[in-house]
Amino acid sequence: MHLGVSESMRECEYNQISTRSSTPMETPYKNRTPKKRKWESFPGRNKFYCNGRIMMAKQTGVFYLTLALILVTCGLFFTFDCPFLALQLTPVIPVIGGVLFLFVLGTLLRTSFSDPGVLPRANADEAADLERQIDVANGSTGYRPPPRTKEVVINGQTVKLKYCFTCKIFRPPRASHCSLCDNCVERFDHHCPWVGNCVGRRNYRFFYMFILSLSFLTIFIFSFVITHIILRSHRFGFLSALKDSPASVLEVVVCFFSVWSIVGLSGFHTYLISSNQTTNEDIKGSWSSKRGKDNYNPYSYGNIFTNCCAALCGPLPPSLIDRRGFVRSDAPQLAPPTNGITTYGATQSQQGHMVSEIKIKAAATPLLQQHSSEPVILTTCPENGGSMPGRGPLTLGGPCASLPLGQPTPPTSIPSLGCHEAADMLPIHGHGHSHNHSHPLQEPVAHHHFLTPEEVPSPPGMLPCGSPMGHNHAMQAGFYNPASQDSLHEDSVRGLVKLSFV
Amino acid sequence: MSTFHNLQELRHSASLANKVFIQRDYSEGTTCRFQTKFPSELESRIERTLFEDTVKTLNNYYAEAEKIGGQSYLEGCLACATAYLIFLCMETRYEKVLKKIAKYIQEQNEKVYAPRGLLVTDPIDRGMRVIEISIYEDRGSSGSSSGSSSVSGSTAR
Repeated sequence: MHLGVSESMRECEYNQISTRSSTPMETPYKNRTPKKRKWESFPGRNKFYCNGRIMMAKQTGVFYLTLALILVTCGLFFTFDCPFLALQLTPVIPVIGGVLFLFVLGTLLRTSFSDPGVLPRANADEAADLERQIDVANGSTGYRPPPRTKEVVINGQTVKLKYCFTCKIFRPPRASHCSLCDNCVERFDHHCPWVGNCVGRRNYRFFYMFILSLSFLTIFIFSFVITHIILRSHRFGFLSALKDSPASVLEVVVCFFSVWSIVGLSGFHTYLISSNQTTNEDIKGSWSSKRGKDNYNPYSYGNIFTNCCAALCGPLPPSLIDRRGFVRSDAPQLAPPTNGITTYGATQSQQGHMVSEIKIKAAATPLLQQHSSEPVILTTCPENGGSMPGRGPLTLGGPCASLPLGQPTPPTSIPSLGCHEAADMLPIHGHGHSHNHSHPLQEPVAHHHFLTPEEVPSPPGMLPCGSPMGHNHAMQAGFYNPASQDSLHEDSVRGLVKLSFV
Repeated sequence: MSTFHNLQELRHSASLANKVFIQRDYSEGTTCRFQTKFPSELESRIERTLFEDTVKTLNNYYAEAEKIGGQSYLEGCLACATAYLIFLCMETRYEKVLKKIAKYIQEQNEKVYAPRGLLVTDPIDRGMRVIEISIYEDRGSSGSSSGSSSVSGSTAR
């Protein structure tokens, strides 16, 4: 599989070399640098391991604590209590304990390591298109428009869709932006520090299975350790029993404190599942009847059984962020109105280096002239070696300028570390409101997000490279008419100028 | 305006003029559906019925993928029973449908859209947010400035 991938990559590279053999810019070195995977340029605040297979939140300390607690407690149970219990009662006890333990571990790792349902950020074209629509809807006035929302009627209930300034999308219903991970997550439940990840659409069932099985395991260990101590005390006396098996005391303490929180949490989530709500919605009281007489949950299927089945046994959607896919060269960008400054599209093929090679050229450059005979849209670069040959990703056969990797920290991400409490997993729900309130002040900063490397990193101010200047000018006349585009363009060009001096 | 006979030709001789984004339709909840409203930029490029057919078929595929019924329950219970290890060897129903969708889009591009100078991008490449339709302009016709307003494109068939 890997061989196939590298061969197809090579295929792309050969195409590029053959059509542009005369360029001084295209050094052979550049074409041989290995392609980066998409997780390496992921804009959110996540950590990736195993070459993109594992995805976790930035702060994972508490997750290791959870793991340690489970491993140590179970380890002690199997070492000190099980031999006695297996002999005195039945060997089935360690077997059941073992199965429970493995299930707990499996679901924990699955919850922690999988993609919770992160929504990829909009690329430049989409964002620009949305901006245009919003401006048209608001009637483009000079000053900042109010917070952007869209209303949609779902099953008779009016739901407001909020615009996420970081991700530049209108959030789907039930999605929320996690400020800790800096991602919009579908069906966002909460950010769980114990699990070291957000809990969202794709890993909610694993999370629920984890806390459910952990409740059973905790109760199981607690009851059998108590049984062990009691049986021993009958034979040898209480104090002697404690001395013989000191680990049991530790286990009892851990289990006693865990039982309350874990079982309570399981009960809470069972309620949430049966009413098809997320923690986020429950905390905010989105569907509570206190808000209004006609307020009801439009997502509920009506009966508890269907809700449970839908949440736990429903289809598992695939990850929308292609973590292990290779970053391909820029898809063709739309040409915006030029302000006399010509820039060309960047490719992401050399993004690994913090080298800014953006060249802002005011007139036709030797580089562009050499490419004047080049068609803009060239070879397709199949991703992962496995995608369909005839479709999709069109590679921009242009000179390889790369943008520096700027890590965008959204100006309004409010670190809600204050909400973290060790005892409970309080939901760190998306700060949709706060985004909306503080963003009008920080719109100019938001424009810089256009420049962050994503699938398509070029800001709207960049032209597809390789096309002759004259043709581009002619092309630009027809579209992106609204005046708002100019301010957008100016900001992004300003950002470009800034970056070129980095 | 010359005709584009296939996808390859489109890519080699055309330049990108505009992109149209078909947004999601959330009126039926969070299930994946796209709006069937015909965008004005495509009015001169493709017949309304063809476009609507494409979007409706895609919506049907997605509905099939996300359907909650006997088969999905079975898959879910089996997965839970095997501690989700079964997904290492078996692909989910959703993934199977996504492959079908990819094939359908490729076929549509080759048969319907490329001859009209359009290209449909698979929504999965855009995070299932939009269906992106790229409008291409033939580079050979140097006179035309804006892609969407050129009527002659519709004669390409």
